[in-house]
Amino acid sequence: MSIFVDDDTRVVVQGITGGEGKFHAGQMIEYGTNVVAGAVPGKGGQEVDGVPVYDTVDEAVEAEDADASVVFVPPAFAADAVFEALDTDLDLAVAITEGIPTQDMAKVNKRLTETDTRLIGPNCPGIITPGEAKLGILPGNIFSDGNVGLVSRSGTLTYQVVDNLTERGIGQTTAIGIGGDPIIGTSFIDALDAFEADPETDAVVMCGEIGGEDEEQAARFIGEHMDTPVAGFIAGRTAPPGKRMGHAGAIVSGSGTGTAQSKIDALNDAGVPVGDTPEEVADHVEEFL
Amino acid sequence: MKLHEHQAKTIFADAGIPVPDSRLATTVDEALDAVDEIGYPAAIKAQVHVGGRGKAGGIKIATDREEAEEYAEEILGMDLKGYTVDSVLVEQGVDFVDELYVGVTMDRGEGKPVLMVSTEGGVNIEEVAEENPDAIAREHVDPAFGLHPYQARKVVYEAGVDADVALDVASILSTLYDLYEENDASEIEVNPVMITSDRDVVAADAVMNIDEDALFRQPELAEMAQESYEDDLERKAGEYGFDYVRLSGNVGIIGNGAGLVMTTLDLVDYYGGAPANFLDIGGGAKAERVTQALDMVFSDENVDAVVFNIFGGITRGDEVAKGINEALEQFDEIPKKVVVRLAGTNAEEGMEILNTDLVEVEKTLEDAVQRAVKNAEEVTQ
Repeated sequence: MSIFVDDDTRVVVQGITGGEGKFHAGQMIEYGTNVVAGAVPGKGGQEVDGVPVYDTVDEAVEAEDADASVVFVPPAFAADAVFEALDTDLDLAVAITEGIPTQDMAKVNKRLTETDTRLIGPNCPGIITPGEAKLGILPGNIFSDGNVGLVSRSGTLTYQVVDNLTERGIGQTTAIGIGGDPIIGTSFIDALDAFEADPETDAVVMCGEIGGEDEEQAARFIGEHMDTPVAGFIAGRTAPPGKRMGHAGAIVSGSGTGTAQSKIDALNDAGVPVGDTPEEVADHVEEFL
Repeated sequence: MKLHEHQAKTIFADAGIPVPDSRLATTVDEALDAVDEIGYPAAIKAQVHVGGRGKAGGIKIATDREEAEEYAEEILGMDLKGYTVDSVLVEQGVDFVDELYVGVTMDRGEGKPVLMVSTEGGVNIEEVAEENPDAIAREHVDPAFGLHPYQARKVVYEAGVDADVALDVASILSTLYDLYEENDASEIEVNPVMITSDRDVVAADAVMNIDEDALFRQPELAEMAQESYEDDLERKAGEYGFDYVRLSGNVGIIGNGAGLVMTTLDLVDYYGGAPANFLDIGGGAKAERVTQALDMVFSDENVDAVVFNIFGGITRGDEVAKGINEALEQFDEIPKKVVVRLAGTNAEEGMEILNTDLVEVEKTLEDAVQRAVKNAEEVTQ
């Protein structure tokens, strides 16, 4: 089992003719993902790695029965591409693009309240169900099939934790990078809720970071609604207030909201052990299993 | 990206928001010329991105020329919470009877902009928010529709602003929202809005922060961003296009991906060291980026040792290793010890390529950080 994507997922890649889109579409296909179409305005009729390209997402869905999209479109045009995915009533849209203006995302966020399409990201590495499907840029070779769900705001930190798990022979049901922007589609709570409902997921790793209050809200959700054990990690303990630490959303406010300590305390209060190092996170997961 | 007060006030004034008459000065002579034109009382205000400037001695009110000279001399060049003051705004003093807080920011939890108004202006609004949250009236704006004018009026009345100035304040708030949208601001704040004895309304301070991700479509603001760097290394990072934050420790850190770099900083601290910086070289970095990153940390004189931690997804270990070799081979003597840890895509190839005469190599993140912390300790002992 898995959440959100599996080997039935039929993917259209928006921006498949660009450098990033082309490279990662190839990687996704190599991993075994059903990449059925590309969508790029003005490039309809072309092929990339044997994948037919259409001018619009609508045409791609019509012709190839796609139900999910991955967005590799530059920041200036990415919100438009996400709107296109949402308006085509796909089940899932995964926005990899980093650097979409926040005010554009506020408009996308509003649209999300009116559609059933799930958005993952933006500014995220995507989602992978090991052995079945990969939508995004995660390096497939480090993941393995197993019974731990993983949800994280960061890409490379996810790889680090997966690596620590893999060394102990622990695999994953699904791993999701929800993205490092202040306004994102799928939240920690959405992912945790889905992992809780997934019978194959026996434990969950949640990697958060400074900024906002999503981790605090997720901690309350875990305390109230989850039986599946969760191990936590929070990045940014040493971040000074008022400085954006790489991710647009990773910022402790001047008044001290969004600190690592507040998130660690909230998780601990919900019974979630928080590792001081990625290695310790793997220790906690091992204890759960 | 934070604009300076004088930059934000220029934008406000152009949009029709009343601001006090002011001049920017970088020398005492310029400041005196400015007060001669503006008259007394005049506020001399340090132009640095530091909250609580007034309390820290960065804002003084001069009532005559002698005081103006004294304060300008005092403030220009002063160190304000770690930042050197290069310029002051000389501004006409406002004879006020009341102070309000007015702001527009993104409520990230709601995913919507929010208007905020409080009659407890002139003090730290974040403290007000904490101690007396009811003293701030809030109104969320639907980003798809934009601001309805009634919303600005509603929030101003709700805050309890005096009826005779309420519509003027609402008009300022409306304009601020327009500026927020037009300029891709992440935050706009006027604290205080002053109400004069003649019942005029004046924006006496101005905070305007711009979404860095939107600078591509805000060319004029992008230029201002260049002017508003206050740290040479941060300016250099801006030129290289790195995500960089300078900290106060002595262990230089280079890595890929924000979460992993933050984690590396945290581990340096956890193992008893002190991080000198956050530096994310981003995804897919090639040799040249690696060279630039090493140049960044080597130029920081606080750095005594370096840890280079890469977990390759799209970034390839062999490319990074080549970059590290190339960068370090230029030196007769390596300026600071570098510990490298490569994992993920092509990490093994990378490890083989690395010239171990030039760098120390560790297999795990934890080991790499501990070794760099030890290297830094050896330098300081």
